[in-house]
Amino acid sequence: MFEALSHLDLQHYWWIIVSLLGSLLVFLMFVQGGQTLIYSIGKDEAERTMLVNSLGRKWEFTFTTLVTFGGAFFASFPLFYATSFGGAYWVWILILFAFIIQAVSYEFRTKAGNFLGKRTYEAFLFINGAVGTILIGTAVGTFFTGSQFQLNEMNQVIWEGPARGLEAALNIQNLALGLAVFFLARVLGTLYFINDVDDEAILTRSKKQLVYNTIPFLVFFLFFTVRLLFIKGFAYDPGNGEVFLEKGKYLTNLLEMPLVLLVFVLGVVGVLAGILLTLLKSSKKGIWFTGTGVVLAVLALFLLAGFNHTAFYPSSFDLQSSLTIENASSSKFTLTVMSYVSLAVPFVFAYIWYVWRAMNRKKMNRKELETEDHLY
Amino acid sequence: MQSIDWAVVDWSRGQFALTAMYHWLFVPLTLGITWIIAIMETLYVKTGDPEWKKITKFWMKLFGINFAIGVATGIILEFEFGTNWSSYSWFVGDIFGAPLAVEGIMAFFMESTFIAVMFFGWNKVSKKFHLASTWLVAIGANLSALWILVANAWMQNPVGTAFNPDMARNEMTSFWEVLFSPVAINKFLHTIGSGFVLASIFVIGISAWFLLKKRETRMALRSITIASVFGLLSSLHLAMTGDGSAKQVASVQPVKLAAMEGLYEGTERAGLVAIGILNSKEKRESGDEYLFKIELPNLLSFMAYGDVDHFVAGINDLKDGNAAQGIPSIGEKIARGKVARQTLTDFKNAQDAGDKVTMDEIRERFAEQDFKDNYFRYFGYGFHDDPEYFLPNVPITFYSFHLMVGLGFYFIVLFALFLFFAARGELPRRKFWLRVALWTIPLPYIASQAGWIVAEVGRQPWTIQDLLPTVAAVTKIDAGSVQVTFWLFAVTFTALAIAEVGIMVKAIKKGPKTEGGTK
Repeated sequence: MFEALSHLDLQHYWWIIVSLLGSLLVFLMFVQGGQTLIYSIGKDEAERTMLVNSLGRKWEFTFTTLVTFGGAFFASFPLFYATSFGGAYWVWILILFAFIIQAVSYEFRTKAGNFLGKRTYEAFLFINGAVGTILIGTAVGTFFTGSQFQLNEMNQVIWEGPARGLEAALNIQNLALGLAVFFLARVLGTLYFINDVDDEAILTRSKKQLVYNTIPFLVFFLFFTVRLLFIKGFAYDPGNGEVFLEKGKYLTNLLEMPLVLLVFVLGVVGVLAGILLTLLKSSKKGIWFTGTGVVLAVLALFLLAGFNHTAFYPSSFDLQSSLTIENASSSKFTLTVMSYVSLAVPFVFAYIWYVWRAMNRKKMNRKELETEDHLY
Repeated sequence: MQSIDWAVVDWSRGQFALTAMYHWLFVPLTLGITWIIAIMETLYVKTGDPEWKKITKFWMKLFGINFAIGVATGIILEFEFGTNWSSYSWFVGDIFGAPLAVEGIMAFFMESTFIAVMFFGWNKVSKKFHLASTWLVAIGANLSALWILVANAWMQNPVGTAFNPDMARNEMTSFWEVLFSPVAINKFLHTIGSGFVLASIFVIGISAWFLLKKRETRMALRSITIASVFGLLSSLHLAMTGDGSAKQVASVQPVKLAAMEGLYEGTERAGLVAIGILNSKEKRESGDEYLFKIELPNLLSFMAYGDVDHFVAGINDLKDGNAAQGIPSIGEKIARGKVARQTLTDFKNAQDAGDKVTMDEIRERFAEQDFKDNYFRYFGYGFHDDPEYFLPNVPITFYSFHLMVGLGFYFIVLFALFLFFAARGELPRRKFWLRVALWTIPLPYIASQAGWIVAEVGRQPWTIQDLLPTVAAVTKIDAGSVQVTFWLFAVTFTALAIAEVGIMVKAIKKGPKTEGGTK
């Protein structure tokens, strides 16, 4: 069936899959957001333990999604993998480092003989939550603002400047996205606690934190979005592949792809609906509305970056080195093979959904902590 | 070619070796103990005996401590292909990315989804659903090993691929050839087998400690019975697949085989050195390889080719060439590799000049079988002028190989003994052997690291056999950055490993939790 598609169709198909994984990752970063709120919401040891254990049953989904996002990007757009990871070395290393220290922290936090002490592992969780979200957001920002690199005739990346990607944080547009992702993750974290933890004090403080974090999230998100519509974007000529700057490119993309516009608007409405339902109607299901909204809105942003003849990983140093879904992708053969593999994705979602529901039938509360013998 | 920054190559190799070795300290236990736990839980569900539940949960707790750090060291490995080996990632990403993506989609999600049920689902889902989850964790963990080993095997023996000069990269031509490459199948079976053996010794060793302390006797005896059966079968399987590996190496990486055996002067009816000490490099090169050796006659020829009369090439044959055996010298390969590289440069020049006629001619050239077999095949040799550069470190490969094999045979004997003692009910009074089992725990870790050293040091300098040496695969970055990240990871992983061992020891000393008290 996939054999019938053209190389260009497959490139679009895979850009959608990678975008979907990326947007799921942002939703699942409620774990990271939650990790930065453990001390703001949990005021005593028992409360903090509830929060950590509530997140501890979900952290691996986020982690695995990140790993799969990387693997899928490698398989479908290997030139991005080579250029961005090898080029923006320090950004990615710091992101990865933040995830290395997360992976052990849940399991090791309260165990006897853990060498570094409980507080250190809690600090690791905080670092992961803050550094991971801000840097991932900043790195995705460069999809719209460009980076300083060129590719030689063998497509080897040569990065300009010693900061190896960290310079991206000096760009206000990238930084705004990084901070928007950070506060969004915290918003999602509070919504997750409201949904999963059955405890009055935590509910009250989570709602308070929801308000405190929604405001900066909206400020940074609106700043990023409004500015995005008017900045110069990186367009390419589908005929000869030549890359050029185009004023208001991303606004044009939105208008020329009404479906993406619709997805984006639905996403924003979903995000706000979840927050408002929680605050005004005391609903505990806000996470599902906001979560779905996040997936849709981020998906739309990725599609804006890569579709409609737009370079998704542009070089502002050497325009013609910019990566597009056409010049950075795998061969038609590989994309076809991988498309068959992608048919397993709905099946994976199905069992995750099934297990999630089975495990969440019991909410996290003080009683659950007493009966559970595998505690974080 | 441009000037080479050797410091970047060395630090990048060091960083990759560091992360891979730390990762491999924790993964084999996961690969094996998940099956052992699944067997134990099956017995619990079948018999309803709460003792089995207690046993299952005890080993599961140790597994959880170990699993977290395996995950932590694993994520960095995947991304290091991009961060430190970006030229590699482009040159072969069309093939190499696929197994990594499949691993994420098919294996990691399975593992991480059902691991949550395994740890937290005891009171939330039915007994059978829980049992199924435990089996799925074992399957998921071993499936992820399958895909990453397929990827590794492809680096050792790049099949199912063709070079595309337009993109300056290799492209996949057959997914099935990559997946079912004999090297991949054998590597997968041998590697998971080593995990099974390691986990069995881990279980036996810790159970032996309980017996010595006269604690948890019932749990310890039952655990030893299961682990010694599982371990004996696995260690026999390991010997068989090890033999298979030797045959694969002989056919696709003859230099590695020569290094494993320290063989410089090739010969027919080659003997296998069971135990040996190597001479200095000068003496070895002149054909006087060993200071001391115990040799099993003809066995190397038989092991590598299934024929005692077969010629086994030595390092000198492979380096200087051996016309009688039809082996080209490395110098010859370098010359041919340079032709292949020059052809690619010509293509790029024609591309820049917009010379479509020449481009078409060169495309055809790359597609010709003769060019593929006699020139492009040696593409990677074109990156360096010194034949020595293309030889691995012989002593490291030789000693690692012999250490691994020696320990492997010791494990077979140990499992057989423990099974024998268990069958006769003599275990509690076999104090000496219980102590031996306890002190054997570190040995499979050493054997299994040694195995990877053989596989990886033995194939140097290749990231992809004969096509891309490390020097051409590395990211263009200043050595200082990689040096900093090397130490960052070294300190972090060491601290986490200390924590892991500390927690593990405490958890073992505490012993299993008595069931029933808390619910």
